[in-house]
Amino acid sequence: MNEVLKSSNDVLSEDKFLKLKDFISSLGNADGIAMPVLQEAQNIFGYLPLEVHKYISENINVSVAELYGITTFYSQFTLVPRGKHIVSVCLGTACYVKGARGLLDKCAELLGVEVGETTLDRQFSLQATRCLGCCGLAPVMTVDSDVYAQMDDLRKVKGILDKYREKEEEAS
Amino acid sequence: MEKVNLTINGIKVSVPSDYTVLMAAKEAGVEIPTLCYLKDINEIAACRVCLVEVDINGVPMRNLPASCVLQVQEGMDVRTNTPRVRKAIKMNVELILANHNRECLTCTRNHSCELQSLCEELGIDQVRFQGEKRKLTIDALSPSIIRDSSKCILCGRCIAACKNMQGIGVLDFTNRGFNTEVAPAFSYSMRDAACTYCGQCIIACPVAALRERQYIDDVFDAIADPDKYVIVQTAPAVRAALGEEFGMPMGTPVTGKMVASLKRLGFDKVFDTNFSADLTILEEGTELLSRLTKGGTLPMITSCSPGWIRFCEMNYPDFLDNLSTCKSPQQMFGALAKSYYAEKANIDPKKIVSVSIMPCTSKKDECKRPEMAVDGLMDVDYSLTTRELASMIKQAGIKFTDLADETPDLMMAEGTGAGVIFGTTGGVMEAALRTVADILTGEDLADIEYTPVRGLEGIKFASVTLPVDKVPTEIRVAIAHGTKNAANLLDAIRRGEVDVHFIEIMACPGGCVHGGGQPFVSSKLRCEIDPKTERARALY
Amino acid sequence: MKSLKEINERKESALQSLHGSDGLRVVVGMATCGLSAGANPVYQALKNGVEEKKLKHVAVSPTGCIGMCTYEPIVEVLNSDGSKITYVHMDEAKTKRVVEEHLEKGNPVKEYTVSGEMKNLEDLDFYKKQKRVVLKNCGAINPESIDEYIAVNGYQALAKVLLEMKPDDVIELLKASGLRGRGGAGFLTGQKWSFARKVEADQKYIICNADEGDPGAFMDRSVLEGDPHAILEAMAIGGYAIGASKGYIYIRAEYPVAVGRLKSAISQAKELGFLGDNIFGTDFSFDIEIRLGAGAFVCGEETALIASIEGKRGMSRNKPPFPAVSGLWGKPTCINNVETLANIPQIILNGPDWFRSFGTEKSAGTKVFALGGKVNNIGLVEIPMGITLREVVYEIGGGIPKGKAFKAVQTGGPSGGCITTADLDVPIDFDNLLAVGSMMGSGGMIVIDEDNCMVDIARFFLDFTVDESCGKCTPCREGTKRMLEILERITEGKGTDQDLVDLKDLAENIRITSLCALGQTAPNPVLSTMAHFMDEYIAHVKDHKCPAKVCKALIEFSINDKCTGCTLCARSCPAGAITGVLKEKHFIDKDICTRCGICVTTCKFQAIDVQ
Ligand SMILES: Cc1cc2nc3c(=O)[nH]c(=O)nc-3n(C[C@H](O)[C@H](O)[C@H](O)COP(=O)(O)O)c2cc1C
Ligand code: SF4
Ligand code: SF4
Ligand code: SF4
Ligand code: SF4
Ligand code: SF4
Ligand code: SF4
Ligand code: SF4
Ligand code: SF4
Ligand code: FES
Ligand code: FES
Ligand code: FES
Repeated sequence: MNEVLKSSNDVLSEDKFLKLKDFISSLGNADGIAMPVLQEAQNIFGYLPLEVHKYISENINVSVAELYGITTFYSQFTLVPRGKHIVSVCLGTACYVKGARGLLDKCAELLGVEVGETTLDRQFSLQATRCLGCCGLAPVMTVDSDVYAQMDDLRKVKGILDKYREKEEEAS
Repeated sequence: MEKVNLTINGIKVSVPSDYTVLMAAKEAGVEIPTLCYLKDINEIAACRVCLVEVDINGVPMRNLPASCVLQVQEGMDVRTNTPRVRKAIKMNVELILANHNRECLTCTRNHSCELQSLCEELGIDQVRFQGEKRKLTIDALSPSIIRDSSKCILCGRCIAACKNMQGIGVLDFTNRGFNTEVAPAFSYSMRDAACTYCGQCIIACPVAALRERQYIDDVFDAIADPDKYVIVQTAPAVRAALGEEFGMPMGTPVTGKMVASLKRLGFDKVFDTNFSADLTILEEGTELLSRLTKGGTLPMITSCSPGWIRFCEMNYPDFLDNLSTCKSPQQMFGALAKSYYAEKANIDPKKIVSVSIMPCTSKKDECKRPEMAVDGLMDVDYSLTTRELASMIKQAGIKFTDLADETPDLMMAEGTGAGVIFGTTGGVMEAALRTVADILTGEDLADIEYTPVRGLEGIKFASVTLPVDKVPTEIRVAIAHGTKNAANLLDAIRRGEVDVHFIEIMACPGGCVHGGGQPFVSSKLRCEIDPKTERARALY
Repeated sequence: MKSLKEINERKESALQSLHGSDGLRVVVGMATCGLSAGANPVYQALKNGVEEKKLKHVAVSPTGCIGMCTYEPIVEVLNSDGSKITYVHMDEAKTKRVVEEHLEKGNPVKEYTVSGEMKNLEDLDFYKKQKRVVLKNCGAINPESIDEYIAVNGYQALAKVLLEMKPDDVIELLKASGLRGRGGAGFLTGQKWSFARKVEADQKYIICNADEGDPGAFMDRSVLEGDPHAILEAMAIGGYAIGASKGYIYIRAEYPVAVGRLKSAISQAKELGFLGDNIFGTDFSFDIEIRLGAGAFVCGEETALIASIEGKRGMSRNKPPFPAVSGLWGKPTCINNVETLANIPQIILNGPDWFRSFGTEKSAGTKVFALGGKVNNIGLVEIPMGITLREVVYEIGGGIPKGKAFKAVQTGGPSGGCITTADLDVPIDFDNLLAVGSMMGSGGMIVIDEDNCMVDIARFFLDFTVDESCGKCTPCREGTKRMLEILERITEGKGTDQDLVDLKDLAENIRITSLCALGQTAPNPVLSTMAHFMDEYIAHVKDHKCPAKVCKALIEFSINDKCTGCTLCARSCPAGAITGVLKEKHFIDKDICTRCGICVTTCKFQAIDVQ
């Protein structure tokens, strides 16, 4: 693991593991902590590669296979790094009957990826979610924590995505 | 236990109140089909094949419950063969088949497959549904075990065997819904996961989704090669189970027929691993004595189960020094064959092909370990399971049951007979202690009495007092079979709660008689008999 | 907090500070939906404005869901006499004006009120038929302030229960109220508690099911965001009644606002001693822990939820044994839905008869629905059981937008079914909805109009259940997938008569043989659309037509004679399928057209036909 630690520098840096260790210690010997630990690990690392599974396995005494069973069961865990920006289209019922499918297709087309994928430049990941709880604004999409409501007019999508792209370009 | 009265297909039965409907039906002489159920190991009600229709005191239960987990209740009226039940069961089997790589004719489980016999029992004559099938993954990287997702029916039996019974957890469900797959973490090969190759998952699997890696053709080729001198050794537990493959009752010892069939198969020499098992015991007994008197890492732990060795290496590396330095009987035999025997029989060791017939899937890996070679020659070239031997016998057209008994060839003087009980749990320990007693006192050891220790179920303890250096000394021993028990024992030692001198550990529950390479015993049969005890009978 | 007296004193002082010195209280709807619509800058502008201008007579508070999503962001100015002025569709600039004109000078800004007519939300049809019991505090109090909760009788029910009642009394009272679980199946809550009470054990648990997985429903979220203390109070009451000293709230991670508010509510409640050891000086101790879900609908199912809290894959297990006998870590466990719990403090305080005064004989009380889809007034509505769907859709919901024709209402989410015009006059309660082939479910209520294809809706729900099946049992894992494949074939115009037969057989089989209720109810959307809209299925299969013009494979776009040749469509078609010369009729190349429908929305002359 040390090899990996060194080679992938800050993505899997040692202080991140220490942070995780602190979190695990803070839980004491509570029962059934695999989920909270994995959730925290994903917050820390952004995703859950094998090294992180192994580290957790050693520290909470749950086999790697069982952890992997958990991380592949719940849709919020990701095993691969996600893009800088998360584009989510709500496919809840309220949004669906108001045409969210078209909205999702549009995003997929503009980003050139399928649902669940990340663009090659790691800028965007596209997701479909179920009900963001603002059905009144259906159809809804979010980019990171920004909510875009009443996206009936698909022509608006490009502008929205471009805004984040431009932000990136400016920043770099 | 309190009794409960119920009717099954109109037949009245009275059964203990903790029975399931499935067990009660057996009492009533009613067969209910099952698939995911494996008594005491996997009771998760996943396949929905054991469905029944139930009224409780005249009130119908909602839907069709799974009888394998449904506890009996007073006043239950259970029906198992109504059109509604039959239709539902058939459709669930059809749904399994729709996502199954149906190629029975060329499948290793042809005729030992529980799904196949279920189809036959239910008269499945069509599979209406077609569409996407599970992603095909075949992992054939390990020398021991092949995993084939296209045959898996997701019954979870292997997971229960590996995780709950063996305490290892190499396999688990991954993903969810239709994408569910049973696999090691990150879909790694079993070679790279912490697998002991004990094969308990294989004998738990109702289909061919987990199977041993076969070396039958290599062995046939070697036999046919005039330049090769092919010798074979057979482990004790093989003879206790081989007969099952030919319809003989479980627990029938078939040493003579086994030897006869091996000779007919064309092996140049047919030896018995007992021979080296005796040697192992002698060495192990001496080693124990030396560690006791001259000092050495104690407790000493047996090293003849490769499944256990892998387990120890991966999970308890701090106990590696405790392992006996003896090679396992398989390897010891192989090494002797290519040195001592080759010289005695004047054969070029390079021409010797050394084959072993084992109850074990882990031995396939053991014989391929790099340290198991001398001058680039492997001690053992191919390790076959009991099942593979049966297949060879069938392929060669040998009528096993009609064979007259024959005796194995002798490599040196005959064995003591102590080695044969290697096949079952406690055997090695007992034999080794007898050897020690013999060395020290020249007398036979009285029967060893085991005492259970609370909190360490599945582990047996005993002590014998022997005159070591003429001082009566208590030698405390322990036996653990199954890696979960082994882990518990080692943990107790780490915590300082157990203090013994000698430990026997076998990776498989019940020892080699229930090894991963033994004939398949259907879950149905496992409800009625326990292969561990039945087969052990054949060894004593 | 040791006695009733102490809490009453706290209540008095809390009541004082609800309003500013001059009695003005301004609240901003800051539930998820308000926040998405931009409530944060509005709140900040208010706060800053009031501070800058030193308006001591005004107290500003965030509050939970006010209920009417379409008007968000909403600001309400309340006078101490109970009258109020509601501002809707607010933004920063408007807020600044309200601060200056209304808060400072006392002149309400008429044009920002509903329809610019100074109407109160309560005056709208949307609210007239509603009865807010569960949502009483949502949109009224600041969910982040325990004092505001105490001001509205918060924790009085807990005090009463602990100081005056025996556990069995609490259960009897609940039984008498007739409260049924709002999480789906409608099981009598009092009875559920009494099962858990009867089992002897050294440790028991009570779990609040806040997983709210129905896509298109957000009742529970609104309660948690708007009135978190009510849930804590109810859980403590439940703990006392069944004999549990520990509670868990299992909440979906997609609800960060609710999680945050729950966390702060728990720490406030602990500080004041409503949670913790020896509550109100009794020997009852109770603690609550939050556990987050991680995106799995099946974890709303009780046994899967328990597995998830135990840190495992959320796979259901066979029942019996029921959680009340063997639940979390093998201990007796009682699981209640958020909305169920939210009713309980009020039932304790006001009595079972009060509760029974709403609703019907067999379904007492109110039910919150997330009204959405093709209806004018979208939002959270709480109605007394027993009013009809027609009242909900047409009076509360204000009917179907754009003059389209009503087709159906879908209730019960992926486990439910659709209800058609024929059954619009059925009074809403647990049993009636079941009788018409749907179910109450947790409260999603989606209105479907003529532009929605029912086969496509069924496909949508099956797609959901296939995605969310835990994969443990055969019928659900394999069967729903085959149903989805058949529905996909049908929506692509490749369905056959045999497909329709297979679909029914599969549905029936999955219903009666699946291990848990997810599978058992998964076929419902198909069964119910097949029962009511078989003609649509047949149109897809036999005529290869999608009557609602939704299924892409079955529709065609063409340009009719109304075309003026404005070229707008040609410029907006992403596929470049439209050609034509300025001022001449345009033409769609059907082979290139991807049927995205953009041209239809673009054309100002209704010149594009869909067939
Ligand atoms: C697939 C599935 C999903 C469910 N989702 C929820 C849910 O999100 N919230 C909920 O309260 N109950 C849900 N339920 C119902 C719960 O299992 C359970 O019956 C309920 O929480 C009990 O609370 P109640 O008695 O207060 O209704 C779900 C059930 C199933 C089968
Ligand atoms: S596993 Fe069984 S059913 Fe499947 S192909 Fe092999 S023999 Fe046939
Ligand atoms: S049983 Fe039928 S399918 Fe199988 S080999 Fe014989 S003829 Fe062919
Ligand atoms: S061989 Fe043994 S250790 Fe390996 S997966 Fe199978 S049961 Fe587990
Ligand atoms: S590999 Fe075999 S035992 Fe394991 S789940 Fe698949 S079919 Fe069952
Ligand atoms: S117990 Fe026997 S069969 Fe099992 S792994 Fe060890 S040697 Fe092989
Ligand atoms: S019905 Fe579906 S969700 Fe429930 S146990 Fe079976 S596969 Fe899992
Ligand atoms: S937008 Fe409408 S009117 Fe304009 S060219 Fe296209 S079809 Fe004709
Ligand atoms: S439906 Fe879409 S692709 Fe087809 S013509 Fe219209 S805009 Fe172009
Ligand atoms: S369905 Fe999209 S926000 Fe609720
Ligand atoms: S469900 Fe009973 S045997 Fe599989
Ligand atoms: S107003 Fe409350 S959720 Fe929209």
